[in-house]
Amino acid sequence: MNGTRGPLVEVHDLVTHFVRRTGFLGARREVVQAVNGVTFDVAAHETLGLVGESGCGKTTLGRTILRLADRTSGEVRFDGQDVFALDPAALRRLRRRMQVVFQDPDGSLDPRQSIGRAVREGLEVHGLARGAEADRRVEALLEEVGLPAGSSARWPHEVSGGQRQRAGIARALAVEPEFLVCDEPVSALDVSVQAQVLNLLSDLQARRGLSFLFISHDLAVIRHIAPRVAVMYLGRIVEHGPTDAIYRRPLHPYTQALLTAVPVPDPAKGRQRIVLAGDPPSPVHPPPGCPFHPRCQHPGKDVTCRTVRPELRALAAGHQVACHLAGR
Amino acid sequence: MSGAATRAPLLAVRDLAVRFTGPDGVARAVDGIDLTVGEGETVGLVGESGCGKSVTALALLRLVEPPGHIAHGSSVRLEGRDLLALGAKEIRAVRGNHVALVFQDPLSALNPVLRIGAQIAEAIRAHEAVTRGTAHWRAVEMLAAVGIPDAERRARAYPHQLSGGMRQRVLLAMALACRPQLLLADEPTTALDVTIQAEILELLDGLQQKLGMAVLLITHNLGIVAERTRRVYVMYAGQIVEEAPTPRLFAQPSHPYTEGLLAAVPRLDERRTRLRAIPGQVPPATAWPPGCRFHPRCPHAWERCRLEEPPLLDAGAGQRARCWLVQEPARRKK
Repeated sequence: MNGTRGPLVEVHDLVTHFVRRTGFLGARREVVQAVNGVTFDVAAHETLGLVGESGCGKTTLGRTILRLADRTSGEVRFDGQDVFALDPAALRRLRRRMQVVFQDPDGSLDPRQSIGRAVREGLEVHGLARGAEADRRVEALLEEVGLPAGSSARWPHEVSGGQRQRAGIARALAVEPEFLVCDEPVSALDVSVQAQVLNLLSDLQARRGLSFLFISHDLAVIRHIAPRVAVMYLGRIVEHGPTDAIYRRPLHPYTQALLTAVPVPDPAKGRQRIVLAGDPPSPVHPPPGCPFHPRCQHPGKDVTCRTVRPELRALAAGHQVACHLAGR
Repeated sequence: MSGAATRAPLLAVRDLAVRFTGPDGVARAVDGIDLTVGEGETVGLVGESGCGKSVTALALLRLVEPPGHIAHGSSVRLEGRDLLALGAKEIRAVRGNHVALVFQDPLSALNPVLRIGAQIAEAIRAHEAVTRGTAHWRAVEMLAAVGIPDAERRARAYPHQLSGGMRQRVLLAMALACRPQLLLADEPTTALDVTIQAEILELLDGLQQKLGMAVLLITHNLGIVAERTRRVYVMYAGQIVEEAPTPRLFAQPSHPYTEGLLAAVPRLDERRTRLRAIPGQVPPATAWPPGCRFHPRCPHAWERCRLEEPPLLDAGAGQRARCWLVQEPARRKK
């Protein structure tokens, strides 16, 4: 199963389109091109950040990787196995190894279940523990994520947002996964609670050797937790590489605008802001050519940008950009 | 306090307290705060969930509903006029016209079955005696002013047909249509993407300068506070715990809670090895701790902090902090 250690997760040319009903009484059908050709790897014990704004497809991408959504074409491999070619038994075994932590802990926690029950469920479903042994493990997990004694008897609505998020993490960890997709795990939390949960995730990674795909719209959070980052726009990765390098010198016009848009808690720093014109286009009607071209303010924007879709190409060590004009 | 300078402030709040009676007892959500906003000034009110900042905004416009009520002894003066003493009709005349409110969730503030142009026109006609035609024309003008392209045509759209950023602009247009002197903006961009947020804040700046409007910007986002405000109030557990000119707050925070917030924020421009989280949680409003409300979570707390609640103490250069360290700096632990 685990011969020479290649990447733990491989995503290759992944496309996920889905149909949405809209209009009056849902009479119209439209196709949302949520993920439109994405390729990247996540190694064991590594954290890859995935950053983008709403509608870029990052949540759909995370869900597709976990096979919580159907792919349209392309491949997802976990430890060399094709995730979409597995039979139900093999898929269940795989589900132990990859788990998810959502933004809204209500997505992970059933409001009708106590916290203890929620954490325990995975142990039982995968036949990992029962009875007293399961109880013991649940208590150990709740303590590991920093929840106070007695939390197993509490209900999700009875505890704070930060505690619900910790419970969601405990639940994900119960089955001892190797890979965790964290989809905006701290976005709904206050600053001080966010710091606690981020520190917890770092500690857990170090202690358990986890890999993370850390999805967030918050660039500062990504900088803090992910040494490598992929920037997503309208279903495509537009820039990918070491976080420090990209944040210091972003090469894609969208990444540049994104970084300058973030307000920094330091009044002494004056910055040149690139203000993008208009709203992002809808993933139902992505433009031809480069997905970013309608809002791109690069002075060299030309007909190639409007007609030919750029592919990711390496401009520096490990630093890839999907832009016809970058590096010129 | 410097900043509000020599002229009387546009808004002067004194001893504002808001209480909620519930099954768990009385929640003192806002527990005696003073704040001022000068004409044309942008002032920040920053704090996390449960600190009372949103209730403060509602109280200023007398929008607090039972089981909440504004406590006796509170004072909210707009250009010297006590808003809390006004009759129902008079306070309605103040809302929209003199003080407008914009908050986080445009979808709940906008009527889903009315076209946006009509909603703005309706807001105008509620406050000014103008004809339908004039109101409509001004509504379109306002939509254009907030950067909605093709305003005449878009005025016919329904809220659900617009993106989040567009809806927020419509809310702004509605708030500004009657040219208020003061805008209360409660987390106006929190739900928006960062690139849209930048646009909306830029827009707000521009409109503010054009209209000479003051803004009370209520947010938990320290970045926005740093970039957009001249003075800041920090709120915790229903109280103002620090106030200062913005550059000073960030360069030299005086209250340990403010320091804690700044240490806990991940930075875009530098990678911190570990975020210094503030231990513990915000206490419930029904049971504020005795003495200094922050003491259970404060790394410097000593006996005095547990027993005596500090008032806002002068820390120099227009800065005040509700902390005994201002009087006894040697107590600060390294």
